[in-house]
Amino acid sequence: MSEKHGSKRIVVGAHYGLRDWLSQRVTALFMALFTLVVLLQVLMPGELDYDRWAGIFSAQWMKALTFVAILSLAQHAWVGMRDILMDYVKPVGIRLLVQIATIAWLLACAGWAVQVLWRL
Amino acid sequence: MRLQDARQYRLPLAGIVSILHRISGVILLALLPFVIWMFDTSVTSEVSFSTFTSAFVAGLGFLPGWLVKLAALALIWAYLHHLIAGLRHLWMDLTHSVSLEFGRQSAVVTLALSVLLTVLLGARLFGLY
Repeated sequence: MSEKHGSKRIVVGAHYGLRDWLSQRVTALFMALFTLVVLLQVLMPGELDYDRWAGIFSAQWMKALTFVAILSLAQHAWVGMRDILMDYVKPVGIRLLVQIATIAWLLACAGWAVQVLWRL
Repeated sequence: MRLQDARQYRLPLAGIVSILHRISGVILLALLPFVIWMFDTSVTSEVSFSTFTSAFVAGLGFLPGWLVKLAALALIWAYLHHLIAGLRHLWMDLTHSVSLEFGRQSAVVTLALSVLLTVLLGARLFGLY
């Protein structure tokens, strides 16, 4: 019999939230890394004009990192909003509606960001 | 317990950091189109880059420049608080630092550091130095 309580309880499988918890932290690390990399390049000596700023994001490896950051943000914000809505919005219908709106908002924003990134 | 008694309870500093973590997350989500607009105009071309820089001075459409700066300031605080509070969480997860004392002290550091950096960057944004 599997343990249902205590330190030996099985936390994998459906609906324990471990996957969401873990994905929120992993995506947070990706975004923190992205922040650090942008900051390091911006703080390099020299004037930060258009050419240098756009040059930062036009490097292929930087595009890849930015792409990871964009997708991470969408996943991260989804888990966070889901947590907030579970705590404060009790009527199921309204909660579902706001959840759907959140998903649409995140997908639209992610699409726009990727479009800007990949025409550089 | 009466309502009057309930009002005696004070939210601890770690609780304030926690609720601000949520509020800052929602602010970041709401301002996401503004972030992408800034990314779009600042990297797309030299012409759009000048649209980007002038938005903070001359404004953008019907929005005055100070309102654009205010939105950027909100973004700066929300980002800093969310990042620092998030790093605090990761640190607690990794090192199992779950004592009351650590919770309180790291909450003070989170609040102080995010406000201090916001003031510094905000002063720069509004041209105070």
